[in-house]
Amino acid sequence: MANIVIDRIRKSFGSFEALKEVSLTINDGEFVSLLGPSGCGKTTLLRIIAGLETATSGDVRIGDRSVIGLPPKDRGLAMVFQNYAVFPHMTVYENVAFGLRMQKADDARVKAQVEKAAGLLHIEQYLDRYPNKLSGGQRQRVAVARALAVEPKVLLMDEPLSNLDALLRLEMRTELKTVLQSAGTTTIYVTHDQTEAMGLSDRIAVMHNGVVEQVGTPVDVYNHPATRFVGGFIGNPPMNFIKVPVSNGQVVAGAEQFVAPKEAGGEVVLGLRGEAVELAPLPQGLEMKVRVAEPMGSHLLLTGSIHDQPVRVILPASETVRSGDTIGLKLDRNRITWLSPESGKSYPAVAA
Amino acid sequence: MPGPHAILNYTRRLRGPMTNNRTWIPYLLILPSVAFLALLFVVPLVQTIWLAFSDNGLPSLANMRTMAGDLNFLPSVRNTFLLTIAVVPVQVVIALVMGTLVAKVGAGRETILWIWTIPLGISDLAAGMVWLSILQNTGYLNSLLFSLGLIERQTSWLTYQTPVALFIGIAVAEIWRGTAIVMVIIVAGLNQVPKEFKEAAEIFGAGPWTRFFRITLPLIRPALQSALILRTVLAFEVFAVVYALGGRNFPVLVGEAYTWQNQNQNYGVAGAYAVLIMVISLAATVVYLKAIKVDPERLP
Ligand SMILES: Nc1ncnc2c1ncn2[C@@H]1O[C@H](COP(=O)(O)OP(=O)(O)O)[C@@H](O)[C@H]1O
Ligand SMILES: [Mg+2]
Repeated sequence: MANIVIDRIRKSFGSFEALKEVSLTINDGEFVSLLGPSGCGKTTLLRIIAGLETATSGDVRIGDRSVIGLPPKDRGLAMVFQNYAVFPHMTVYENVAFGLRMQKADDARVKAQVEKAAGLLHIEQYLDRYPNKLSGGQRQRVAVARALAVEPKVLLMDEPLSNLDALLRLEMRTELKTVLQSAGTTTIYVTHDQTEAMGLSDRIAVMHNGVVEQVGTPVDVYNHPATRFVGGFIGNPPMNFIKVPVSNGQVVAGAEQFVAPKEAGGEVVLGLRGEAVELAPLPQGLEMKVRVAEPMGSHLLLTGSIHDQPVRVILPASETVRSGDTIGLKLDRNRITWLSPESGKSYPAVAA
Repeated sequence: MPGPHAILNYTRRLRGPMTNNRTWIPYLLILPSVAFLALLFVVPLVQTIWLAFSDNGLPSLANMRTMAGDLNFLPSVRNTFLLTIAVVPVQVVIALVMGTLVAKVGAGRETILWIWTIPLGISDLAAGMVWLSILQNTGYLNSLLFSLGLIERQTSWLTYQTPVALFIGIAVAEIWRGTAIVMVIIVAGLNQVPKEFKEAAEIFGAGPWTRFFRITLPLIRPALQSALILRTVLAFEVFAVVYALGGRNFPVLVGEAYTWQNQNQNYGVAGAYAVLIMVISLAATVVYLKAIKVDPERLP
C-alpha cells in the first residue's frame, strides 16, 4: 500500500509563501496530476514529497507513515526530473541500473530489471551508449526506465515531457500511459499542460498561487470547475465567463431564461464551455457578435462577444458563419456553471 | 531559360571568391598573437635549447654533463619531485573540500571565496617572506611555542641541520600559497555540475560519499585535469618561496638554474636546467592527459 497523504503543507521562501496550506490525498496505484501555471508551486510540492525540500509546516505520509525528516532514499520513491538528470558519464545501462546498484542488488537481478525496464521503454538498442549520443526523447526514456527499474511504490514526475517537441510529446504521452498502467505505481505527475493532465490522469489537482483550487477527475474539473481560474485554465478554448444580471431569482439572457442560484446577488457569472451551444435563428437564443470565424476542419471556431463580453465558441464544421455576422446561440442548460462575480467560486449546481 | 548547370556554375562563381575571402580572415586575425608568441616564446625557447646543447658555438653535451655532475644536481631533482608529490595532492584535496563546503553555504559565499583567494594576489616572494616571519628563529611560531611552554629556547626550523622541518615549512608555505588557484578552478568546475544530478543520485539511494565519488568527481574531470596540470607545472617551477625560507639549504631545479645564471654566470648550464624543467613539465602534462581522460561524450 502506498497511498500518499499531503496534510496542510506550507512552504515559505523568506517572506514569499510558495505553498499555502496544501492538502491532497492520493490513493494507492492512482495517477494524479498537479496542474497549474508556471510558478504556482508544483515543483516545490513535488520536491517536498521527494524529500529534496523541507516543508515549513505540515505532514506528508506515504503508506500511512509520516516521511517528514526521512531522507529521500528511505521514502520508497523514484523521480523523473524535468531536465532528465541522466548521468552523462555512465552508459544507458548503468544509468538504468543506478538505483539497483545503490540497493546492492546482485548482478543477475540488476540485469533482469534493467532489461525489463529497457524493454518497456524501447531503449534496448542504446544500452551501451552514452546519453550524449541520444536525442531528447531517448534520454527521457532512459530517465523513466531508471525510475521504473527500482519498482518504486511511488513515482514522481516533474514536467517529464515539457522539453520534447509537440509530436514526440504526444507519442511519449500515450506510451507513458501504457507503461504506467501496467506497472500500477502510485504516480504524481507535474505539468502545466492541461491536455497532458487530462489525457493521463485518474484525477487532477489544479494549483494556482500555492493553493490547490480543485481536485477531481478530468471530466469533473472540465465540466464543473470549482473556480473561475480552473475553468479558464482547463479546456481549449477556455471556459467563457459572461456577467449577467439577476432579477427575482431569474437570469434573463437574450431570449434565454434560467433559474439563478439562490446564493446569487444582483449579478452572476455564467460559465459556458465553448462547445455547449447550438446555433439558433435570431431572435431566439443569446445574441453573439462574431468578430472572427475560423473553420478548423473538425469544427468552426468563433471569436466575438456576448453582452459586450469576449467569448469563444465552437460550432460543428457544417455550420456556415462568417466574420462580422450576428448569430443566436442556444445554451446547453445542463452544462452551465454559475459563479460568484466577487469570489470567483462556482455555486452548487441548480436545477435547470 | 538557363539550365540547372548554368545556375549551378553561376552560384559557384558567385560563392567561390567570397569563401576564399573568408578563409584567410581568421588567419589574419590571429596573426598578431602568433607573431607575438613566436617572438617572445619560440625564439627564446630555441635560444635556450641551443644554449643548453652547445659549447663555443658547436653542438655539445658539455653543459648537460656539468649539470649532471654538479653536487647539488641530484638533491635539487629529488627535492623538487618530493615537494611536488607532497604539495599537489594536498592542494587538490584541500581545494575539493573547500569547494564542496562553500557550495553548501548560502549567504556569505562570495565573501568566503574572496578571502580564500587572497593568497592568489600575493607574489610568491612575498608569500615566502610571510612564512619566513612565522618560521624564523625570532618568528611567530617560536614565540607561540615559547609562551605555551613547549620549547625552552628559540629553535631553528629552517637550517641545513633540520631538513625535515625545513621541508615541512616550505611545503606548508607552498600549500598556503598555491591552493587558491586550484580551488578557483575546482569551484568553477563544481558550478558546472547541475544540482539535479546530485539530487537524482540522492533519490536513488546514494549517500554523500557515493554522490561525491560516483557523480561529482567524474563530472568535474576537466576542471580537475586543468588544476592538476597547472599546479604540477607550477610546482616544478617552485623557487621564490624556497629561496626566501631555505636559501640554498634546500636546492631545487629553478634555484639551481638561477644560481648558475647569476652567480656562476654560466648561461649554458642554466639553460640545461631550464630545458630539464621544461621536459619534466611536459612529461607531467602528458601523464595527466593520459591518466585523467576527458571524453567529451561523457560530459554534461
Ligand atoms: N529555492 C527557492 N528560493 C526562492 N524561491 C523559490 C525557490 N524555489 C521556488 N521558489 C519560488 O516558488 C514559487 C513556486 O516555484 P515552483 O514550485 O518551481 O513552481 P512551478 O513548478 O509550479 O513552476 C516560484 O515563485 C518560485 O520563484
Ligand atoms: Mg516546475
